[in-house]
Amino acid sequence: MRKILATFGCAAILASLAGCGAPKTDAQGFVIDPDFEKNLQQKLLDAKPGSVIDIPAGKYALSRSLSLTANGVTVKGAGMDKTILSFARATSGAEGMLVTGDDFTIQDLAFEDSKGDALKINGTKNAVMRRVRAEWTGGPKTSNGAYGLYPVQVTNVLIEGTVVKGASDAGIYVGQSSNIIVRNNRAEDNVAGIEIENSSNADVYGNTTTGNTGGILVFNMPNLPVPGSKTRVYKNTVTANNHANFGAKGSAVSSVPPGSGVIVNSNDEVEIFDNDLKDNKTGNVLISSYYSTGFDTKNGIAAAYDPFPENIYVTGNRFSGGGDDPGGRFEPLKALGGGRLPDVLWDGFTNPKLKSPGICVQNGTAKLLNIDGPGKSAKARIDTTVNCAPATRLKEIVLPAAMTKDSATS
Amino acid sequence: MLVALLIGACSTAPRAVTFHADDNPAKLSDWGLFMLADGRIAPRAGLVTYELNAPLFSDYAQKWRTIWMPKGNAAKYDADQWFDFPVGTIVTKTFYYSTPASAAVPQTSGEVLKVTPASYQNGVSGLDLRHVRLIETRLLVKRAAGWVALPYVWNAAGSDATLERTGADMPLTLVDGARRDAFTYTVPNQNQCAGCHAQDYRTRATNPIGLKARHLNRDFPGEGGEINQLRRLAALGYLTGVPGQGAPRNGDWHDDTAGSAAEARSYLDINCSHCHNQQGAARTSGLWLDAKTVDPRVLGMCKPPVAAGRGTGDRPFDIVPGQPDRSILPYRMASTDPGAMMPELGRNLAHKEGLELVIRYIKTLKGACDADDGTKLASR
Repeated sequence: MRKILATFGCAAILASLAGCGAPKTDAQGFVIDPDFEKNLQQKLLDAKPGSVIDIPAGKYALSRSLSLTANGVTVKGAGMDKTILSFARATSGAEGMLVTGDDFTIQDLAFEDSKGDALKINGTKNAVMRRVRAEWTGGPKTSNGAYGLYPVQVTNVLIEGTVVKGASDAGIYVGQSSNIIVRNNRAEDNVAGIEIENSSNADVYGNTTTGNTGGILVFNMPNLPVPGSKTRVYKNTVTANNHANFGAKGSAVSSVPPGSGVIVNSNDEVEIFDNDLKDNKTGNVLISSYYSTGFDTKNGIAAAYDPFPENIYVTGNRFSGGGDDPGGRFEPLKALGGGRLPDVLWDGFTNPKLKSPGICVQNGTAKLLNIDGPGKSAKARIDTTVNCAPATRLKEIVLPAAMTKDSATS
Repeated sequence: MLVALLIGACSTAPRAVTFHADDNPAKLSDWGLFMLADGRIAPRAGLVTYELNAPLFSDYAQKWRTIWMPKGNAAKYDADQWFDFPVGTIVTKTFYYSTPASAAVPQTSGEVLKVTPASYQNGVSGLDLRHVRLIETRLLVKRAAGWVALPYVWNAAGSDATLERTGADMPLTLVDGARRDAFTYTVPNQNQCAGCHAQDYRTRATNPIGLKARHLNRDFPGEGGEINQLRRLAALGYLTGVPGQGAPRNGDWHDDTAGSAAEARSYLDINCSHCHNQQGAARTSGLWLDAKTVDPRVLGMCKPPVAAGRGTGDRPFDIVPGQPDRSILPYRMASTDPGAMMPELGRNLAHKEGLELVIRYIKTLKGACDADDGTKLASR
């Protein structure tokens, strides 16, 4: 494999030379290197399959989006707290970095304060994001960019060991993709911590989501060519995702009630098991249809769209707290759960053509509250008919071996 | 203004159009496309100047477009897609601004004027540079492996342009009567060229955007007089298979007789559809704005956004018929925030006239976005 050595400033010069080691920085801590951005974009333009682009430690101010179209490229930093690409001073470009090349790996660096999405990967196969941080440093704000790590229409996705903070929509957003592993990431202070949307065959495990409006979302949106299904959410820690919703109105996540642990909306065949779900003030697990989002219109939704969640299995999770402060119209329903909403909430919308929606909860003493959305909660009740299990369990996701091989930083 | 350096007089620069099959010359003059003399830039023999029915908005920059093909080669006509061009084809698009009369050296003037398309030079015999600042000349070059996009940025002397594969940014001020808007003119990098010109994500191949029948099907001066451009290209031997009649035609949105829906659709087609089509980069949005799309929902009516993030501007649907103030589309067209604006690339200013056109179009649309809360469904 050909390795391109970075020659940013001092990086490739032997450390014995005077002035190397710590690059000169300005008052805000940005590396003073007028050619950095041009050199980096030039490397991205010239990259070929097998190219490794190393970006040395330092906080760099970029003025516009970075763009990569070549296949087979690896972009590496010196660590997510050491190599920082900051877009705080950017003047153009919809994202920090846009990638349309297959077999892409990015690791050990940070994107900060992008005006739009931090990293978008569109229409490729085999995308790896490892130990990347995407953060808006001013804390949660509606004016922050929408998505942190955003693969869309990608086949084979691995997102691991990343940190996403402050996204005004979703920190990690896997859209319209297939064969996906999202593991061991930390999502904090986003509207949605992790969102799997119109995607199929995803394993989401080992993640920690806290301080978001909603921790982990498995959604299906209308008007898209690909419906999603078959997601497993397991072994995650989903704690106190109680942040006020700061998403722009009209966006899908703007309907997420603050205090939502795991939400399944309009998606099918989802397993939620072996998670620690704690102190999510509206509900630890929410299962809902598109009718509960407030976006449904009689003529704006494709006829083929299935708005109902079906075959959802909640089992073996550890619940504690939560459901104690749902606010709004759910507040009166607390009485049904003995002073707090039960651990699993379901809006109760079902496809009249189906015998059973397959909403199943086998989780110790955890109860499901059927909110009776169609009847505006007139018949809201603890539903005891959901003691069921899917006939077959979803299989583990397997990615190409080359994707899971971690070449740690040298 | 006198251009000090005459490109044609340089010993190394070719005096005729020179196709480079492999290398990307550092200087625009190495292609031999233009002559600079006596305060004019002129096309060399073989370059045909053309114009589109409705052009893409690029921060009010004026554009001069030319196409050249090696002798004895022709493009093949297609009713819908870009034409199939022969290897060796060179397409140029020169972006320039008019400068205030007070600017002593137009080529270094930070102030540039907003002018109406009606007053543009047509470019058929080149451009008079007396009150012009040349910004960039983008080449699309058809090589054996496909189209390559090369952005050349003009120097301060206006004597030549240099290949800037990583793009460039220039601070300018647009002067519109008493109004002044400072903005950064952005020359795209080579990948960003492909970001628009790769109109099909499956091949990721760069192709021309404007060189399609519906954009070229109009009269324009040049060889043979003011005649239909498809006819001219055919007469010159640059295009085969042009039908006798029935070629599609986009509306000229400056032509107020066309009716605002047709004009707006034409505008959305050239400004949006290179991404917003079934195979384009924005196929993932479910909003397709190409000329052929007829389904109102796919054109945005009552359609909830997919991944607009804060680009919604707190509005519920892409288009709410009759209610531009509740529609996301005009919000994103009006925005100059890189995280919310549309198109994402190629503009830093809002296009006031285009926005007004789309607002008029939305006002004419009928229907309502009736909410469906599902309460018609029986409880179980």
